[in-house]
Amino acid sequence: MSETHVLAEGATLNSFGHDPWWIIGLKALVVFVFLLLTVLITVWAERRIIGRMQLRPGPNRAGPFGILQALFDGIKGALKEDIVPRGVDKVVFFLAPILAAAPAMVSFSVIPWGGVVSIGGHKTPLQLADLPVAVLLPLAMASIGVYGFVLAGWSSMSPYALLGGLRSSAQVISYEIAMGLSFVAVFLFSGTLSTSEIVAAQAHGTAFKVAGMTLHTPSWYAVLLLPSFIIYIFTMMGESGRIPFDLPEGEGELVAGYHTEYSSLKFMMFYLAEYVNMTTLSALCTTLFLGGYRAPWPITWFWSGANSGWWPVLWFLIKIWMFTFFFIWLRAALPRVRYDQLMKLGWKVLIPVSLGWILFVSVVRALRNEHHDVGPIMIVAAIIVVLLLIASFLWERVSASEAQPEEAEAAAEQDPMAGGFPVPPLDAPHYHGVGNGRAPNSAEATRA
Amino acid sequence: MTAADLVIVLLGVVAVGAGVLVVATRQLVHAALWLVVSFGALAGSYLVLTAEFVAWVQVLIYVGAVVVLLLFGIMLTRAPIGRSEDLDSGNRIVALVVAVATAGVLVTTLVRGFRSAYVPIKDRVGSGSSHTLGGSLFQTWVLPFEALSVLLLAALIGAIVLSRTDIGGAGPEPEEEEPEPRRRPAAPRGTVARRLGTARRRATPDDEDTIVLSRVDEEI
Repeated sequence: MSETHVLAEGATLNSFGHDPWWIIGLKALVVFVFLLLTVLITVWAERRIIGRMQLRPGPNRAGPFGILQALFDGIKGALKEDIVPRGVDKVVFFLAPILAAAPAMVSFSVIPWGGVVSIGGHKTPLQLADLPVAVLLPLAMASIGVYGFVLAGWSSMSPYALLGGLRSSAQVISYEIAMGLSFVAVFLFSGTLSTSEIVAAQAHGTAFKVAGMTLHTPSWYAVLLLPSFIIYIFTMMGESGRIPFDLPEGEGELVAGYHTEYSSLKFMMFYLAEYVNMTTLSALCTTLFLGGYRAPWPITWFWSGANSGWWPVLWFLIKIWMFTFFFIWLRAALPRVRYDQLMKLGWKVLIPVSLGWILFVSVVRALRNEHHDVGPIMIVAAIIVVLLLIASFLWERVSASEAQPEEAEAAAEQDPMAGGFPVPPLDAPHYHGVGNGRAPNSAEATRA
Repeated sequence: MTAADLVIVLLGVVAVGAGVLVVATRQLVHAALWLVVSFGALAGSYLVLTAEFVAWVQVLIYVGAVVVLLLFGIMLTRAPIGRSEDLDSGNRIVALVVAVATAGVLVTTLVRGFRSAYVPIKDRVGSGSSHTLGGSLFQTWVLPFEALSVLLLAALIGAIVLSRTDIGGAGPEPEEEEPEPRRRPAAPRGTVARRLGTARRRATPDDEDTIVLSRVDEEI
């Protein structure tokens, strides 16, 4: 699976705290510049790839392959007039974009992007900082980032922005719970919350004996803890607020959501926050589930030096870009979900499934620590899961056929000119899957 | 006085000052934001005391969840920009007396009990990890922990029972509440939350949208 001698190159918690100040400063600068550059390249790549997927060229004028497009867009955006609407809460209005962008960058400081290397004679791990509880930092920062969206929505004095802010806060809080729960199984297996040690723990699978043979479990938690990985992927999409979960800024309903009233540099900050967030979430997933900066297993078979020196940075970048491509691909492939579907998925599917999975993982861990045989438990668990799946399928079928008449009643009559001025049909008929007298065609069109 | 002492004193000043501003400010949403500052300073104090796990959980739960939910609630019902004049409670003298008395009791207890108990922070590095905390929580303090869990569970179930009118038989008849008039300007401030709570109609996310929109119209 992977070889033994590279362990010395991997960082642990003890590798931290010995750097001179200039190395720490250098690393902070590198992280900052890396994130900004990644944002520029991601914006360009997203437009090119989506263009490709939609059979059109995408931006191809500025520089070779249009690669300078994002840079020029950034410069142009920053030079635009900065409009502050009348009546806004100025302090909060200015604070919100910073609160959105800064935490996303801070979370990246605990991400390891390489093993121990030598810079100017100093042995140092390629990671800005590590804590015994490092994985909590991105979660905490994500929850601070919510303030950026909520306060932007509130302080803008605009109904669209306020709705966007409310949706965003509800969405991020809901998905953060499931995200935190999806990490628990990783903690249980690695025995630590430090990111560098989680990467080190994925270097080798644990050995176990089956019928006299010593076998290794797969070393990546994405394989070993597949349900956690899948739940994380869902929550990652939810946290980033991108398609298919971009309800906070659903332009069909809310103009642009929480940043409707923002312009110029402040708008660019929200833009930056979204893409930095995407990179950070990808990096976190790489660290926790895909073995971090370590080379993937087929490479380590024929190349023993793949995990030494500066090579890990390459593997790290490849893995991050795989996720970034995944984000872009989903954006091109999927339609936006409805808000109730989003909440249903978060609260009724992801959280209960995570809790059940954690229970199962901890039982297996506890039994293995006591040297019991876990084989029968696996079989029983598999049978229970299959039965649950069948039961839930049947339940969906039965309840779906019962729910139809209720939904027809739920579409209440609306007065389109309530209060003397036109009101947007927020309780839109297609939300309930039925048309009322006013918009039968649009309902049909939306469903089709 | 070491640097750590100085930092923790400053953080304490920030926490208490922000706490006073929470009750003193005349802007509703700013009160919630000062609460964030207060909680953040508290998390910083935990960090200085090397309790890393508690510090980040403080940020995660109190800053990230509790205050966001508070803000969410404020914005669903009334989120005025600018000063509100009706924020003063009639009980503020009593509340002040109770708060000062509670603080006095706590501070006296702590000072008298732990005045000479001094632990150099350097020796405590690494003791705030999840390992140490989990050990003491699930061995020494497991009974209070479980009791608290039951309390929280009861609160959770209570909240569900209160918010659902279709169980327990106390809810109004569906037909009476069903045709919810969408007149503008909407109902007086403060009643929207109640209306949201008692509405028998299937709750969709659009309920929130509608209510908030009516609120914003009112403002403008």
